[in-house]
Amino acid sequence: MAYSDKVLDHYTNPRNVGSLDKTSSEVGTGLVGAPECGDVMKLQIKVNPTTNIIEDAKFKTFGCGSAIASSSLATEWVKGKSIDEALTIRNTDIVKELALPPVKIHCSVLAEDAIRAAIGDWKKKNATQSETSPKDAAVEQRT
Amino acid sequence: MAELMSTNVTASKVDGDVKLPIYMDNHATTRTDPRVLQEMLPYFTENFGNAASRNHEFGWVAEQAVEQARERIARLIGATSKEIIFTSGATESDNLAIKGVAEMYKEKGNHIITQTTEHKAVLDSCKRMEKHGFRVTYLPVQKDGRIDLDDLKRALDDKTILVTIMAANNEIGVLQPIREIGALCHERGGLFHTDAVQAIGKVPFNVIQDNVDLASISAHKFYGPKGVGALYVRRKNPRVQLVAQIDGGGHERGMRSGTLNVTGIVGLGRACALAGEEMAEEATRLAALRDRLKDAIMGQLDEVYINGSMEHRLPGNMNISFAYVEGESLLMGINDVAVSSGSACTSATLEPSYVLKALGAGDDLAHSSIRFGIGRFNTEAEVDYVAKRVMETVNRLRELSPLYEMAKEGIDLKKVQWAAEPTH
Repeated sequence: MAYSDKVLDHYTNPRNVGSLDKTSSEVGTGLVGAPECGDVMKLQIKVNPTTNIIEDAKFKTFGCGSAIASSSLATEWVKGKSIDEALTIRNTDIVKELALPPVKIHCSVLAEDAIRAAIGDWKKKNATQSETSPKDAAVEQRT
Repeated sequence: MAELMSTNVTASKVDGDVKLPIYMDNHATTRTDPRVLQEMLPYFTENFGNAASRNHEFGWVAEQAVEQARERIARLIGATSKEIIFTSGATESDNLAIKGVAEMYKEKGNHIITQTTEHKAVLDSCKRMEKHGFRVTYLPVQKDGRIDLDDLKRALDDKTILVTIMAANNEIGVLQPIREIGALCHERGGLFHTDAVQAIGKVPFNVIQDNVDLASISAHKFYGPKGVGALYVRRKNPRVQLVAQIDGGGHERGMRSGTLNVTGIVGLGRACALAGEEMAEEATRLAALRDRLKDAIMGQLDEVYINGSMEHRLPGNMNISFAYVEGESLLMGINDVAVSSGSACTSATLEPSYVLKALGAGDDLAHSSIRFGIGRFNTEAEVDYVAKRVMETVNRLRELSPLYEMAKEGIDLKKVQWAAEPTH
C-alpha cells in the first residue's frame, strides 16, 4: 500500500494540531466518527464574530494516515474562509487534493462532516446573534 | 530481448547496528534459511527429475530426496513417513483434512466442531461443509484466547466426526490445549485435526502425545520455501481415511494427485531437520527477545494491552493494542519496520481482526493492535530499535488523538454518544 506524497506530508507534518477552548462562543467544535469504526475526528474553528471569517482552526484525529491527512488539510482550507465559503468544501475536493484511493474515500467524507459539525456547533452557540436558519442549524445532525 | 523487471526490498539505511527495513512479521512468512535454500538448489538443476518417474535415474534421485524429506517431517512430529502427504501449503492441507474427512465419514455423522479464532482456511472449509448439510459448532474463546474444555465436552455428541482446532493462533500466538482436546475428542470417537502451521518448528509438537489424527503443516512459516506443505494423516489407532479433493495421477497414495514439488519438499524436509536440532535453543532466545520488546514498550507507555495469554503463547509472538492510536497510522509511523495490524484499514475486508474481536476486547482495541512476529534472524539491536520507534510514534500519535485527550480529561469514552457513520 503506497500513500501519495501529500498524504505522507500531512501525516509527517500535520498542520494545525491542537485544541481551542470549546466553551468559547467564538469556537465551534465538530466531533465525528466512532472509536469502534477506527476513525474519530475533532475539528474546531474560531470565528470572528463581526466578519464571520474563520480565523483559526485546529484538529485532532484518531485514524489512519489518510484520515489524519484529510483533517489536517481541512483545517488548512477552512482558515481564512467565511462560514458560507467553508460550507462549500466537498469531500471530493479532498480526495482529489490528496489522491486518496477508493478505500480511503470515507476519510474525506468524515473530514467534510467534521467541518459541517464544527460550523453547526458554532451556529447553534450563536443562534440568537446571527440570522441562522433552522435548516443550517440542523447540519450537525447530518449523517 | 527485454529483461523482466523485478524489484527488491532496498536495505537503504543503517541505524547503528541495524539494517533497515527490519522484518518482524514472521507469522506472515519467514525468510528461507540459507541452509534450506542450499539443499534445494540442485533439485532445480541437475536433479530436476519427476519423483513419479519410475524408469530412470532422474526420477529415482528425485524420489529419494522426497522420501528423505518425508522421514524428516515425520521425525519432527513423532509420525511415520507413510503418514505424511505433501500439499501446496497449509490452506490446501486444511481443506483436504476437513472436506476429505467430512466426505469420508458422512455416513457416521454430520457434526464438525471448530472455534472462532481459526484461520480462514479452516473456517471457510467448515462453512462450505455447512452448505453440504453438515452441522458446525463454532466454540467461543475465553478472554485469553483459549477455548474452554467444558464447552468442547458439551458440544461433542455421537454425530461428531471431526474436531478441528489450531495448535497456535497466527495473530495472537495463543496455544490451544490440543492434548486435552484430542483426548476428549477420542473419548467420543471423533477425529482430531489441528492446523499446526504456527506451532510446528516453534514449540514441541508430537502427534502421539498430543492425540492428533490430522495436522496441517506449512514450510514457509518456519524458514522453508513458500508453496509447499504437508498433511499428517494417522495410519493406526485409528486409521484415518480421506476422500481426495484433487483427482489425477494418484500421487500420495491417492490422497493428493499432482506432480510433487520436489524442490519445495526438499526445503520443507531441511527446515524440519533444522527445527528438530535448534528449536529448544531458538525458543529460549526468541522468548527473551519478545520479553525484551514487551518490557521496553510496557515500561515506557501507559494503556497498552497484550492480546491473548502470555502463559500459553508462541515464543516469538507479541500482539499489543495501543489505546487511542489507530493501527494503520502506527504502521505508517514505523515504516522501516515490517509488522502487522488488526486494524480494519489494513485488511482487505475493512473489518477489524475477527480474532481480537473474539477475545471480547472491543473493536476499538482491535483497531489499535500491532502484531510483532520475532523470528530466527532478528537481533537484540533490532528489538531495541523497534521498541524505540514504537514508543516515539505512539507518543506522537497520542498527541494527535482526540480520544487520548478526552480520556485525559476524564471522559469515559464508552459513554460518549458517537455520531453515526457517514452514509455516503
